[in-house]
Amino acid sequence: MAAQKTKKKSSRMNRREWIAGYLFLLPNFIGFLAFTGIPVIIGFIISLTDYTGFGKPNFIGFANYAKMFTDTDFKVALQNNLFYSLTSVPLTVLFALLLALMLNRKMYGGSAFQTIYFFPNLTSMVAVGCVWLQIFDSKKGPVNQFLMNLGMEHPPKWFWGVGTALITVVIVVVWKQAGYYMVMFMGGLKNISPDLYEAAKIDGANSWQAFWHVTWPMLSPTTFMVTILTFIASFQVFDIINVTTEGGPGRATEVLVMRIYKEAFKYGRMGYGSAIGYFLFLIIFVITLIQWHGQKKWVVE
Amino acid sequence: MKNTKTRVTGIVMFLLALFVAFIMIVPFVWMVSASFKLKKEIFSVPIRWIPETFHMDNYETIMQKIPFPRYFFNTFKLTVSITALQVITCSMAAFAFSKLHFPGRDKLFLAYLGTMMVPWHAIMIPQFIVIQKLGLYDNHLSLILTGAFNVFGVFILRQNMLSIPDSLCEAAKIDGCGPFGIFTKIVLPLTKSGLATLIILTFNNVWNDYMGPMIYLDSDKNRTIQLGLATFKREFDTNYGAIMAGTVISLIPIVIVYVIAQKYIVEGIAYSGVKG
Repeated sequence: MAAQKTKKKSSRMNRREWIAGYLFLLPNFIGFLAFTGIPVIIGFIISLTDYTGFGKPNFIGFANYAKMFTDTDFKVALQNNLFYSLTSVPLTVLFALLLALMLNRKMYGGSAFQTIYFFPNLTSMVAVGCVWLQIFDSKKGPVNQFLMNLGMEHPPKWFWGVGTALITVVIVVVWKQAGYYMVMFMGGLKNISPDLYEAAKIDGANSWQAFWHVTWPMLSPTTFMVTILTFIASFQVFDIINVTTEGGPGRATEVLVMRIYKEAFKYGRMGYGSAIGYFLFLIIFVITLIQWHGQKKWVVE
Repeated sequence: MKNTKTRVTGIVMFLLALFVAFIMIVPFVWMVSASFKLKKEIFSVPIRWIPETFHMDNYETIMQKIPFPRYFFNTFKLTVSITALQVITCSMAAFAFSKLHFPGRDKLFLAYLGTMMVPWHAIMIPQFIVIQKLGLYDNHLSLILTGAFNVFGVFILRQNMLSIPDSLCEAAKIDGCGPFGIFTKIVLPLTKSGLATLIILTFNNVWNDYMGPMIYLDSDKNRTIQLGLATFKREFDTNYGAIMAGTVISLIPIVIVYVIAQKYIVEGIAYSGVKG
């Protein structure tokens, strides 16, 4: 990694560098201790109590964790979240990859396209939510006006339909983030040596074969990385839902973070909220373990 | 024959790219267009993408209902403070992890990367309690202190610093330069592109942050732009034109930053994907 340190150094100089090293890390150490480390511990303690945010908490053992098995609000949120993850992740990866492959060709206006595709990613979920609420407006919105013009009598109700709200959220999120992961894929594509394509061409491969035998395997570390990142992010979805549907209609767009937020900050059930928080932590932890295991296997360097 | 085929594919690809561009950009065209329309014009059929006359009514309404100057000032204050602190904390840690030698360095770095695994949403309740106990609820310091550290930032800067040859640092050391001098005089000036990426990504994150301010801030005088916009949308959810006018105003700084610094944003992200 770093170059070997020169051996001819007095121990006094070494000591000085050691101290400097720890001092340079000190601000980060304090920050993480105060705002991540301690909260991780406090969070677990609170999850074992009935703390409401005020007054004295009572120790109730693992009752909050047991409650998750019977709480239908939580179960619905978990189901919705799984549906959201299993749709938004593959769709994002697919579109990001297709866009990257498209722009990877020499094309008139290629960099302008890249600029445009990436732009939605920089805008806030609040702004994006406000705009899409109007575009998907079930009565007067341009999308439904268009569908009615095509002769559809009952176009989908999008954010306002129990059966369509969650998929509408997925559509908006994929639209917003595809450009971000496209850029990652383009980085991965640039790293593939042109010699490999040259060799494939000499072997008589057509472009489809070149994709399956060169691009796809060489790109697998990036694909893996993008899948993991979008998967982790999918369990933290909140902003867009809070701006558009607030979990509704009914419980159609309730997700895990929405539960944590509502339990803790709306109903004052800090203990139960923390328990769900720990559940979320567990999910991300498992995904990260898969990532570490996978990285060893997948990364070709 | 082959030539025509590639040309046809080229044209098809170009048209496809154009179509995707349309989908990506059309919501923003709608936003700008609606912000200049009267209420009865917004959902008129067929859609008029360019309003007949540009009405400023929505902008006047939103300026009265939302104290933009104050929200902009608050958001700007948070953005600048957090970005500045991140530059300091991240570059210091990255320097220690890449250029200083001390026992346990690489193990500490791995442990530090491991903290990325803790999702903020999972610990936002206990973190909120810590902030409350520190007496920082409804105070901008809550967001500034919790936002001052960024593992990803350390990671980017460390990668950047690793590419600086150690011989430069050694030479400075022989000239009597201490670790702090090497950090400020040699390493930092050579980390400009990494710093630019960090600054822009952090600026963008803080400017767009919604849930943090929602939890930590309460009184109107402390609100950020996203919070103000979301609150307005909730209270006046049928005032479509005014909501769009507010959205346009909230996006202006992001557009400016994107125009100036697109290169750094794109490079930073492409890089993080490759290196994982």
